[in-house]
Amino acid sequence: MVSTLERPSLVTQVESAIVMSSVIEAAAVVDHVSKVFIQRPLLRRGQSKEVRAVDDVSFTVGRNEIFGVLGANGSGKSTLIRMLSTLLIPDSGRVEVFGYDVRRDEAEVKRLINRVSVEASFFKKLSPGENLAYALRLYGRSGSAVRDETYAVLERLGIARDKVGEPLEQLSRGMQQKVAIARALLTSPVLLLLDEPTTGLDPRSKLDVQRFVRELREGHDATILLCTHDMAEAEALCDRVAILEKGRLAALDTVTGLKQRYGAEIGTDDPSLEEIFIHLTGRSLEDDVEGEHE
Amino acid sequence: MSQSLPPAVRTLPGAGIWWETRASLAFVERNLYLVRRYWHLELAFLIFNVASAMSVLYIGKAQMQAGGTSSEGRVDLVLYLGIGTVVWAYLRAVFSNVGEMVAWERWEGTIEYTMMAPISRLAHMLGVSLFSIIYGLARSALLLGVLALFFSVDLRNANLGGAAVILLVGSLSFLGFGIMAAVLPLLFPERGEEMTFVISSILLLVSGVYYPISVLPDWMEPLATISPATYVLEGMRAALLDGTPTMALGPSILPILILGALTVPLGIAVFGWGERYAKRTGRLKRSG
Repeated sequence: MVSTLERPSLVTQVESAIVMSSVIEAAAVVDHVSKVFIQRPLLRRGQSKEVRAVDDVSFTVGRNEIFGVLGANGSGKSTLIRMLSTLLIPDSGRVEVFGYDVRRDEAEVKRLINRVSVEASFFKKLSPGENLAYALRLYGRSGSAVRDETYAVLERLGIARDKVGEPLEQLSRGMQQKVAIARALLTSPVLLLLDEPTTGLDPRSKLDVQRFVRELREGHDATILLCTHDMAEAEALCDRVAILEKGRLAALDTVTGLKQRYGAEIGTDDPSLEEIFIHLTGRSLEDDVEGEHE
Repeated sequence: MSQSLPPAVRTLPGAGIWWETRASLAFVERNLYLVRRYWHLELAFLIFNVASAMSVLYIGKAQMQAGGTSSEGRVDLVLYLGIGTVVWAYLRAVFSNVGEMVAWERWEGTIEYTMMAPISRLAHMLGVSLFSIIYGLARSALLLGVLALFFSVDLRNANLGGAAVILLVGSLSFLGFGIMAAVLPLLFPERGEEMTFVISSILLLVSGVYYPISVLPDWMEPLATISPATYVLEGMRAALLDGTPTMALGPSILPILILGALTVPLGIAVFGWGERYAKRTGRLKRSG
């Protein structure tokens, strides 16, 4: 018998969010958002340094959309993701997830989101099974049924049962990233925030992750915000792409729309996304910006 | 939530107390997994603790023999030091486990995932505190068991129930101190953990773990009055050495209760403030 005080199942949550989604078509709203970091030397002489990580950025991510954010290191992608994840408070502007304000309605937002970042971020000595058991308990999921589901998802991601009990540090980076994907999948987020999830993965693992991103959108009615360096990945997955440069929004459109808009300026009918990026930012995605706060 | 939305979609299902309590067990389960995976470190620390405690107790034994006191007095000094050693091992385990809850996760790289999970900070602290108490009790029991093999102690007159009450109440105030200390790695990503270590070292120095606080310099004694360990140790020694009845342990229990009533809510408030500060300044990152 389930207590009336007990949290409703994740299915109920997802259903609830779907009901919300049918009313609110915007899964995420970023409205004139800015974030400045001040790096002040502690107990040392010297001037403090101000880094404008996100500068008056606005966009809306539609429900069930895969929305790409392209930018070099230091362009503000991770800062944006961390604001949507409730890990960072914006200095100004409004950030909402399915109508919930990340500052005012933090608890509600947390129930709707999950994130996969460039680093797998697990307890390294613990096994995938132990790490996932911990993560899922935090989302109110435990028990033998959840354990079976965990095994099933890991197997679908190509992680055999005999690997589930091994310390995570003994798995390859690709495997670790798949466990991170499994963590996100098993918590059924309505908005999934992917921060360069395939960086450093081998081509096959990249394709596996991309397949699961599509499955998550189609099978779980999830909305996905994908920050990536990978132009081919953005082109293959994203319905729309935003290009960030030094914290500012340089462009926002579908890939086709961007090509139509900037093709003439670049001097070709069918420019690649990379050419458009270089045209807009003056540099390639591989260029790093030293010392910027991400 | 936007005012224009219909009321039916303004709220998601609430978490609830029972759900939060169950979710808080995630921290107990996770830390038990970690203890099992890091068993070699646990064993090394236990051996270090046992060796340190035995060294202290042998110093006491030698001191009594050199002083030529009666055998009763000799046992008392060994017991006096034994109580200090075991109780401090417990209190330090509680304080450190809670105090390092942020530092440990930052080191592992999981801090952002824990902080963005849909569990209240109160439930987070409840889970960490529960594990700290279980862990502290287990470590102290092991230490006590080993010491009992080497030193004969007479507990016939001891008030064990009163000692348990003191330890239980004392745990609360140490949890409060631990929660306050846990905020330091949020505020000072590079130095916070060292600060937590310094706090526990100062508590060890001023709380009369191995000696009465009357031997401390005058300027140091006021620090002893704000350390909950001072009253826990006084109470434990009164209960175990003198067999003081529980009702007569009031002078020790009352200050610990007051400190607990102050430090736990204060700790939670300070942690909340620290978390908001970290989120404003971008310090809530996976690594320093």
